[in-house]
Amino acid sequence: MSDVVEKTLTALPSLLSLDPQPGSAKLSSTSKLGNLIRGITELTSKHEEEKLIQHELASIKDQVSSPNTSMRQMKELMVRAIYCESLGYEASFTYIHAIKLAQQGTALEKRVGYLAVSLFLNESHELLLLLVNTVLKDLQSTNLIEVCMALTVVSQMFPKDMIPAILPLVEEKLNHPKEIIRRKAVLALYKFYLIAPNQVQHIHNKFRKALCDKDPGVMTASLHIYLQMIQENPEGYKDLTASFVTILKQVVGGKLPMDFNYHSVPAPWLQIQLLRILALLGKNDQSASAVMYEVLDESLRRAEMNHNITYAILYECVKCIYTIHPKSDLLEKAAKCIGNFVLSPKINLKYLGLKALTYVVQQDPRLALQHQMTIIECLDHSDLIIKRETLELLFRITNAQNVVVIVEKMLEFLRVNTDDYTTIDLVGKVAELAEKYPSDTMSTVFSVGGDMMQPDIPNSFLKLLSEGFDSVEEDRKLRLFAVDSYITLLQKEPGKLPQRFLQVISWVLGEYSHLKDELEPTVVLKLLAKLLDMKHTSSETKSWILMAMTKLCEGGAEVSVVREVSETYSSSMDTVLRQRAHELQYLSQDSELRAKVLLRDNAVQTCCVAGSQVDSSLSFLDGFVSEALAAGAAPYKPPHQRQEELAQAKALSLEPYGLSLPMSMSSCSITDRQSPTLLSMSSGLSGDSAEISHKGGSTSLKLDGVKRVWGREGYLPQRAAVEEAAQVEVPCTLRSPSQQGDPDPEKQQLASLFFGLSSQSSVCLMGKPEPTPHRFRRKAKGVTDPTSSSLISTPSNVEKLLCNNLLDSNIASELAVSSAKQITELPQGLKTASCDVEAELTDIADIKQNNPSLIVDNGIVAAADEDPDRPKDLCLISHLPAELSELCHSEITPLCTIQSLVLSACHLQKEDSLVLAVFISNSSDSALQHIVSCVSDSPAEDFRGHSVVVYQYSLTVKRPSIHVSIEGTVSFQLPGEAPQAAQFSYKLPLTIFIRPLTVSTEEYGTMWLSFSHDTKQNLTLIGDGQEALTATLNVLKQKLQLHVVEIIGQEGILSCRLLQDQPCLMHCRVHAGTLAVWLRSPVPDLPDCLIYHCQRALQEY
Amino acid sequence: MMIKFVLMVNRQGQTRLSRYYQPVELSRRAALEADVVRCCLSRRKEQVPEGHTSCGSAAAPLRLLSLRPLCPQCSFVEYRDFKLVYRQYAALYIVVGVTDAENELSIYELVHNFVEVLDKYFSRVSELDIMFNLDKVHIILDEMIQNGHIVETNKTRVLAPLTALDKMADG
Repeated sequence: MSDVVEKTLTALPSLLSLDPQPGSAKLSSTSKLGNLIRGITELTSKHEEEKLIQHELASIKDQVSSPNTSMRQMKELMVRAIYCESLGYEASFTYIHAIKLAQQGTALEKRVGYLAVSLFLNESHELLLLLVNTVLKDLQSTNLIEVCMALTVVSQMFPKDMIPAILPLVEEKLNHPKEIIRRKAVLALYKFYLIAPNQVQHIHNKFRKALCDKDPGVMTASLHIYLQMIQENPEGYKDLTASFVTILKQVVGGKLPMDFNYHSVPAPWLQIQLLRILALLGKNDQSASAVMYEVLDESLRRAEMNHNITYAILYECVKCIYTIHPKSDLLEKAAKCIGNFVLSPKINLKYLGLKALTYVVQQDPRLALQHQMTIIECLDHSDLIIKRETLELLFRITNAQNVVVIVEKMLEFLRVNTDDYTTIDLVGKVAELAEKYPSDTMSTVFSVGGDMMQPDIPNSFLKLLSEGFDSVEEDRKLRLFAVDSYITLLQKEPGKLPQRFLQVISWVLGEYSHLKDELEPTVVLKLLAKLLDMKHTSSETKSWILMAMTKLCEGGAEVSVVREVSETYSSSMDTVLRQRAHELQYLSQDSELRAKVLLRDNAVQTCCVAGSQVDSSLSFLDGFVSEALAAGAAPYKPPHQRQEELAQAKALSLEPYGLSLPMSMSSCSITDRQSPTLLSMSSGLSGDSAEISHKGGSTSLKLDGVKRVWGREGYLPQRAAVEEAAQVEVPCTLRSPSQQGDPDPEKQQLASLFFGLSSQSSVCLMGKPEPTPHRFRRKAKGVTDPTSSSLISTPSNVEKLLCNNLLDSNIASELAVSSAKQITELPQGLKTASCDVEAELTDIADIKQNNPSLIVDNGIVAAADEDPDRPKDLCLISHLPAELSELCHSEITPLCTIQSLVLSACHLQKEDSLVLAVFISNSSDSALQHIVSCVSDSPAEDFRGHSVVVYQYSLTVKRPSIHVSIEGTVSFQLPGEAPQAAQFSYKLPLTIFIRPLTVSTEEYGTMWLSFSHDTKQNLTLIGDGQEALTATLNVLKQKLQLHVVEIIGQEGILSCRLLQDQPCLMHCRVHAGTLAVWLRSPVPDLPDCLIYHCQRALQEY
Repeated sequence: MMIKFVLMVNRQGQTRLSRYYQPVELSRRAALEADVVRCCLSRRKEQVPEGHTSCGSAAAPLRLLSLRPLCPQCSFVEYRDFKLVYRQYAALYIVVGVTDAENELSIYELVHNFVEVLDKYFSRVSELDIMFNLDKVHIILDEMIQNGHIVETNKTRVLAPLTALDKMADG
């Protein structure tokens, strides 16, 4: 602030004075705008304001349409209209005049016309098209100021479709001698890139030219484009890293003209922009990062001036250092820098320091340790935003040891907080922590968060409770604990509890209160009945309660309570309640039925197991849906798609937050096919249960993750090791640089926040062989992941199956022995890898009966071992039987070689089948005799030396997977030697099995509704404009043999079948520049596999 | 990482200038602005210039840059899912809505740079200059921020197009 000299206050001439100050632009104080503003400033009520503005608008309306209004007056009118609009009063009648002013005015009038247009209209406004001609004219003007104006408005808003009309003109301006024109042209191109990136794809080299422009302003402008492009694809611009580094070096070194300085700091915002670009380029890239270290070091060093803007640069620099590949001395300097921030008495700096720390602890949690005392002080800071930012930071460093304190702090904040948005956000975070590190906090969360929280929080809590953890005993303890505490709560004052919490309570009691032996169901029922009678209990909660009661009533003493309740509600106006009441009534009377419907305990899992009874796709509703569609109802869109569309539609959200979806179970199950639904109804009576199994299946992976976090450490009292670590940490606390004087005992206690972190660091201190900072470890993770293959158990199955197979063939050979004396047997067992042994055995039986038909299953892919010395060209194709040799065949792949026996295979596409041909060539001199085990009726053949035998198998896919692999064994016996065997495998993409399916649109319609397995995804379009859909579908048609049924407008339908007759239908729609694809099939997994191949095909194109 | 809007309001909460870089319906703007103003004004104690007790529009208008910014409280406020950066100049507040990823301090200084540019153009700018030259203030702002990004901060260059227009009008 050095050059902001404090000057005496300047008094302007009084408002009423007619004497404008010389030389200054204050003429308008006497104008009509002046009158308007003065009038408004003097008003006291909103009502008066409205009256005045309406009057003003009426007068503007009169004048704009008058033919006598000069352009000068028009400009004045336009400014008044802008003013009215900025107060929130629409002046849409002036829009067209704004365009006229831009068209006909000169100089400032024209500029004001353009300004008004950019303020009034949004990008999709149709009037904007009228501006195109004016822009076109001005771009060609000889008056530079007009060119400048046109470029300015183009870089603010321009209709997307009209870009081609002006693009050549804008491109031309890139070579203009004036820097301002070049700069504005670059900015206009940036705008084009934002709204229609593919339109400017061809001028990427011109962006490079702009980056190298001799004028720093033009270069700066081009950085906007680069930041955007690098964000989207950092790999594509690595070669520019050195250029950006050089630019930053020059800027930091003060090579720019003086007028780029701001308070003696050279082009600070340009530095910040460059640092952001470098961070993107250096992320996860060691070599690119290495180029930057020097300049980053330089930036840290130069930015020592005590001014806000240097701190802003430092913040960006620190972020960059912690984003790119780490370098220890830089990290150290950056950490020190953050220290200066957090310790600063200036609140803005403290805030930025906390923000930086929040970012940094995700890479290196130990850094928080250094500043722990400061962080604790910040927690009690008077400024809310500092507190808030501190909580955000704590949230990131939470672990099993400090979770209690941190959650307590968050809840403290929640209790005094009044802002809805913050409440929702924080409650979500607390719930997340409570889920990870279980404790009794969930009750507090529910009571504090109330009905504001996101509906998925109670849901996931219940899911957690029902799915359980590693140990049965712990599950029991937790459930018992929940039952206990909820009973106590209900006995106190249930009237104050939020509805969501009541719902959770009733579900838990209904499901688990039987775990507590001494608790009489009647007691619980009475408590629940009391809830029903409360005035403010919502009907949604009531139906939860009724469900719970249904689970609880077991006949006996409670019958009277139940009867009373069910009678009251069976005449309820609310249909859901009535339904529940009837269920309650019937089930309480029929205990047999009740036992069948309401499975006690782990109802969710049971439901999953009994999946066969459940139609997870709710296909029984298809009839209903199609009727509704025919009656004009809007087609169903899954939540994610709806959200996408919503996100595109809204930019700045001004809707009130916290309106959550109603959790009504009936509506959920009917409308919301894919939504994760309510577990509470896991033992549901109607079709509800269908969804639970659906969910149970799909989320099983996620569940694993949850289990791991919920380790025993979290739930049980801390282990000794942890305490030890904590003790080690105490001296550390004392050594903390931020700490001065005697530590406040309370704060000392709060330092327990950092116990978890310290245990980590104390590990380092103790010299265990893992001093690597956290972020190094992060990388290693990726390496271990792929090893966790899902089908590890398969090989053993394979062996087992092989044994069976061989056994069979041995029997066959024994039978054959009686007719001919074989010296060698060559049974060939082709079979597949799968986990399901039983199913496989039957398949083999199939093989035996219907050879050469072979069932192929998905399985692990054991790569055929490639021997480089093996002769590549086998000239085997001539051995194919005549009827096959006409077909197009794939390359012949060698499979394996055992001594003189060479196995190779190829596949041949027939219209109705896929034939696998296996060639066995015997290159030895000795003659072999062989028996094909699976052909019971074929006679034994001689297998002479230097001959080739071909086996053909027609393949069908039993269970689709992305790649199908066939595994087999060949075993044979040379004369006078022990039998030998070898395994081989052959891998095929699923696409090989896809054939077009010709259906009519009507047939397609009926089929579509009857198929239950589906998947959806957005794919990239090929080409643009009107033809994009057709072009894309043609690619799919060619590459995947899909049949295009019909294309109507922006939608297309395709069909195909998987051999033999397993259909799959595809529905495509162009939406927001992507292809929204929906696949349906009666075969599970087929849609998913097919969408993968579609994606591949489009990518490869 | 971008600027969502720039707002100039006076102490009474009246909007002097507003510029949105993301579409917001006109009908919602007034409510948003009122909310934003409430957020910022409520947390800050009155900043009274030395030697003056009143600085309403009835008295002599204050030069915006006449006060050393006091900063007893944080200039950043959390508002819904984004942040507000605000700075007070005499009776005028400049509030900038930014996304969470933005560097708040750099925006804070950008605001000051903007006021310095205005001061240079209007030679000692006051709230009245901004009120009565709404168009020019907008033109200056358009030179500095476009599409929610900072496009020019060099004072001479920011003012170049506008001074050229003024010359044309004079000549």
